[in-house]
Amino acid sequence: MAIKQLSVFVENKQGSLHDITDALAKANIDLRSMCVADTSNYGIVRIIANDPDKAKELLDKDGHAANVRLVNAFAVPDQPGGLAKVLSLLEGHGVNIDYMYALITSEEGKAYSVMRTGNTEETDKILIENGIELLDESKLH
Amino acid sequence: MGNRKYFNEAIETMPVEEIKKLQSEKLVKQVAHVYNNVPYYRDLMDKKGVKPEDIHGIEDLYKLPFIEKSDLRESYPNGMLAVPLADCVRIQSTSGTTGKRVIAYYTQHDIDLWEECCARALVAVGADREDVVQVSYGYGLFTGGPGLNGGSHKVGCLTLPMSSGNTERQLQFMMDMQATVLCCTPSYAAYLGESLKEQGYTPDQIPLKAGIFGAEPWTQEMRRNIEQTLGIKAYDIYGLTEISGPGVAFECSAQGGMHINEDHFLAEIINPETGEPLPEGAKGELVFTCLDKEAFPVLRYRTRDICVLNREPCSCGRTHVRMAKPMGRSDDMMIIRGVNVFPSQIEAVLLAEGFSENYQIKLGRVNNSDTFDVYVELKPEQFDDSVKNITAMEKSLANAMRNMIGIGPAVHLVPPKTIARSEGKAKRVVDERNLHD
Ligand SMILES: [Zn+2]
Repeated sequence: MAIKQLSVFVENKQGSLHDITDALAKANIDLRSMCVADTSNYGIVRIIANDPDKAKELLDKDGHAANVRLVNAFAVPDQPGGLAKVLSLLEGHGVNIDYMYALITSEEGKAYSVMRTGNTEETDKILIENGIELLDESKLH
Repeated sequence: MGNRKYFNEAIETMPVEEIKKLQSEKLVKQVAHVYNNVPYYRDLMDKKGVKPEDIHGIEDLYKLPFIEKSDLRESYPNGMLAVPLADCVRIQSTSGTTGKRVIAYYTQHDIDLWEECCARALVAVGADREDVVQVSYGYGLFTGGPGLNGGSHKVGCLTLPMSSGNTERQLQFMMDMQATVLCCTPSYAAYLGESLKEQGYTPDQIPLKAGIFGAEPWTQEMRRNIEQTLGIKAYDIYGLTEISGPGVAFECSAQGGMHINEDHFLAEIINPETGEPLPEGAKGELVFTCLDKEAFPVLRYRTRDICVLNREPCSCGRTHVRMAKPMGRSDDMMIIRGVNVFPSQIEAVLLAEGFSENYQIKLGRVNNSDTFDVYVELKPEQFDDSVKNITAMEKSLANAMRNMIGIGPAVHLVPPKTIARSEGKAKRVVDERNLHD
């Protein structure tokens, strides 16, 4: 199943990341994973959290540019070639990957990843049809 | 609306050569009047080494010193007065938001001259004796209300001296008195239009036929909106208290620039950097010289408005030169890679493209070449998690700006509330070129 991801448009400068995480911590929002993409002018912070909608609402109030969208999350065996298999599968289906990052989990023997592709729904279908284990949003809470 | 085409046909359609001859005759007299009666001017002219006898016609205009707003402020309250106070019948004043006000004095002759300019403006939009003119400009020291009020009297229209504000009463009088011409600021016209719409009036139920809107900058988009909501033709008018008031220039049925009342006001375009006169048709700072005022005649007054004059024949038959809507203020003008750029042009693009007006222009210099960067705050709802879209928005904004001003900046979208503000407003221009070292 696709899961919700929060992303925030931030300044590329010291402290902007802390401002965001601090605000979310104060509201008791639990961050499960985070990734920062940066250019010379700005950064995009992408967060998997237990309550992305509440987090967005909070950030909206503070005047931040925040967005919640669905991304694909899946698990592969934590061994060489585990991820490569999924990537070649998607490539074979012509799926374009915009970005991808790892999700921190405590489950042994598995590696979880999050990715945004050109078509989230289609990607989910391909993963399911090929027996790739998807991460359920309920596992995050 | 009547069939009358001009308020003063002989003057308004006078052949250009005759207008110039008339201007020359008047200028010689006006300069002598000012030199003989205003010590401030006499000093300025003496310092520049020019005497009234050096001025033989408009070709000698460039010899005269410029007058700046600061000169008029310094002479507060009546240092520029050119007639005995007893000959004056009225004062008007600028708002004086920064520093001292400018007080303009009028003799009866000056009032008549000004009101005729407004009468010409009203006839140009189709007003005649049968019309009902609602004047919703402020009355008082501000020239808007008194100017159009006087002009409306001169045309013989029924005049509704509403002044500004009290929207409910404005709408009631508009309907009950069947007003056909509305005179006010464009923003107030838009507001009245919205109020009528809210009350359920459709444009064909509104009696107005035309509107004269000025005293603040407005866009073609605002013009279209006002024309649609009120079901009218919306016309521009230009004026300054320092010169007389509204009606220095006015738009005709062609809606293609404002005819300057050249029998009273001589217009020039100069290079705002050097003060050097530019040929007709060039873009530069607009400078006005009064030609036949008694109490408060100013010569070569620098308006700081940047615009272009157009001498091409107009379909309305008027021969007086037309000025384009001012495109910016010379105080704000930047010269980037040799091109004149105004913050107002950047703002217009942002508005048209649906972006926030919180932006900052940064100018720098690398290898003797100007760098031109525009930082724009992204609106929260414009963010969709995609770098690709941000890059695409930056590119399309840069293209739109290049189309507007001729050179393309590098556009950078930045998060909301990140551009430094002073007194609530973002600082518009940061020039780090050190051009004056
Ligand atoms: Zn015309």
